Amino acid sequence: MEIKRLTLFAGHYGSGKTNIALNWARFLKETGKKVTIADCDIVNPYFRTKDAEEDLAKEGIGLICSPFANSNVDLPAMPKEIYTLVEERDEYGVLDIGGDDRGALALGRYVPAIREENDYEMLLVINKARPLTRNAADTIEVMREMELACGLPFTGIVNNTNLGPETTPEIVRQSLGYANEIAQLTGLPVKMTTVREDLAPALQEVENLFPIRIRKLYYHLDGGTQWQN
Amino acid sequence: MQEKVLMKGNEAIAEAAILAGCRHYFGYPITPQTEVAAYMSKKMPKIGGTFLQAESEIAAINMVYGVASTGKRVMTSSSSPGIALKAEGISYLAGADLPALILNVQRGGPGLGGIQPSQADYYFATRGPGHGDFHVLVLAPASVQEMADLTAKAFALAEKYRMPAMLLADGTMGQMMEPVALPDPVDLNGEAPEWATTGTKMQRKHNIANSLYLSPAELERTNIERFERYAKIEEEEPMWEEFMMEDADICIVSCGITARVSRNAIVEARKQGIKVGMIRPITLWPFPKKPLAAAAEKVKSFLCVELNMGQMKEDVELAIRCKKPVDLCFRVGGMIPSPDEVLAAIKNAAEKEA
Repeated sequence: MEIKRLTLFAGHYGSGKTNIALNWARFLKETGKKVTIADCDIVNPYFRTKDAEEDLAKEGIGLICSPFANSNVDLPAMPKEIYTLVEERDEYGVLDIGGDDRGALALGRYVPAIREENDYEMLLVINKARPLTRNAADTIEVMREMELACGLPFTGIVNNTNLGPETTPEIVRQSLGYANEIAQLTGLPVKMTTVREDLAPALQEVENLFPIRIRKLYYHLDGGTQWQN
Repeated sequence: MQEKVLMKGNEAIAEAAILAGCRHYFGYPITPQTEVAAYMSKKMPKIGGTFLQAESEIAAINMVYGVASTGKRVMTSSSSPGIALKAEGISYLAGADLPALILNVQRGGPGLGGIQPSQADYYFATRGPGHGDFHVLVLAPASVQEMADLTAKAFALAEKYRMPAMLLADGTMGQMMEPVALPDPVDLNGEAPEWATTGTKMQRKHNIANSLYLSPAELERTNIERFERYAKIEEEEPMWEEFMMEDADICIVSCGITARVSRNAIVEARKQGIKVGMIRPITLWPFPKKPLAAAAEKVKSFLCVELNMGQMKEDVELAIRCKKPVDLCFRVGGMIPSPDEVLAAIKNAAEKEA
């Protein structure tokens, strides 16, 4: 994928934006670029970019997030530093946009500056295994709502179809047709297919494959549970 | 079972309720359960159901009372402070013997508290959340799959015993995403139960959904009858899961997210040669007293792991008649213990018993 100065990841909530944004920022850093990731999520109370704060600091990646992220303040405020990232144009920026049209609405205020510079990718993150984006029509409906809310049209698609820890290469393969259908209907290219890094070797045939590292949560429930009564 | 999808716990409950035949949702948004309302607002209009954002939590629970009295499946959802506001209505539902589903995705308290996960409404839920002598059924899911499965179960139990049921989840359960196989849709035959206020068709006396009794003697009788029903529930309906209990010296008791953290700690402790297992209550009321009492005959001590200051610990001590010591490992205010913290508590308990 051609690298633009700003890369924005938006999509239905739970589509995987935060993880992909973190990995894209890491990728940019590894190619020697100065990069900052901005958490523009005003919707989700938990599981924020801020969870990766320590890792990002170690890796030398800048982080902009609401001072209230992961706190008990339920205030949908955007951090003022996002203006600096968008307007100063002196480093690469990765923007993680909150879910759905309500999350995208807050992006609107930066859109005039982003359009003026015109060096951006606005990427739609999709996951066929999410119940409200199971088919092309529903996914495109969510996409149009977001475009309408923020005023910035999408430039490409990121196919992030996954079933969490139960993702198999087959699930990813089966989603390629879905992603292509959305691409055809919208005229947007599939810029990446993202997969958990351990699945990547089995999917080498997939075009624009982008393996991602996922932060491991420590509360996996192993195996099925048996109820008694 | 349907093909697996990736869902947030809050979405799984909403979809599972729809699949269980619930077509009426009344609520008021509050973090961390707003996705339930958001999901219902998108889905209900498409399937001929009702989504209504009420002007307040109190209004929402009274709308639930209205639908419940017609015998239809109905639900509301909120988080801790919002559930407190619904307490009056929950008591009225219990007093009128009406089934309904109430979801509480708990956050830190007391007061406005915070928005991070908590299990601090344990007392509030299990002691009858409202005024008067009553109980509600309380179910505590520990995975997104259980969020879905226990929703249908809660509706069924509520109807069987004509009483409100509460799904008591912690914020993490509502917000985390996991693969889930949604249950198949339930086919309700559509016939109103005999007590419903749906019209007499001139064939019977009219029913009244009511919790006001003019005669103290009659009110006393309804209370006693209700508690006879509760005794049957305590006998027949407790649900729990046992994990590595066969040879355990220490028994962890924990539900929801802390049960999952504990599971990790148990596996690690076993590697270090400590015989520890877990009894995970799935119904918090009725509390699974029998398996705990049975465990008290075998283990040396118990360890409660909770996101509160030790509320379930009291139920454990009651269930085992204080036969064995009960330790506590807790975090509050929205904090969650790490597996290492639980492991340290296990080691501490093991040393005490050595």
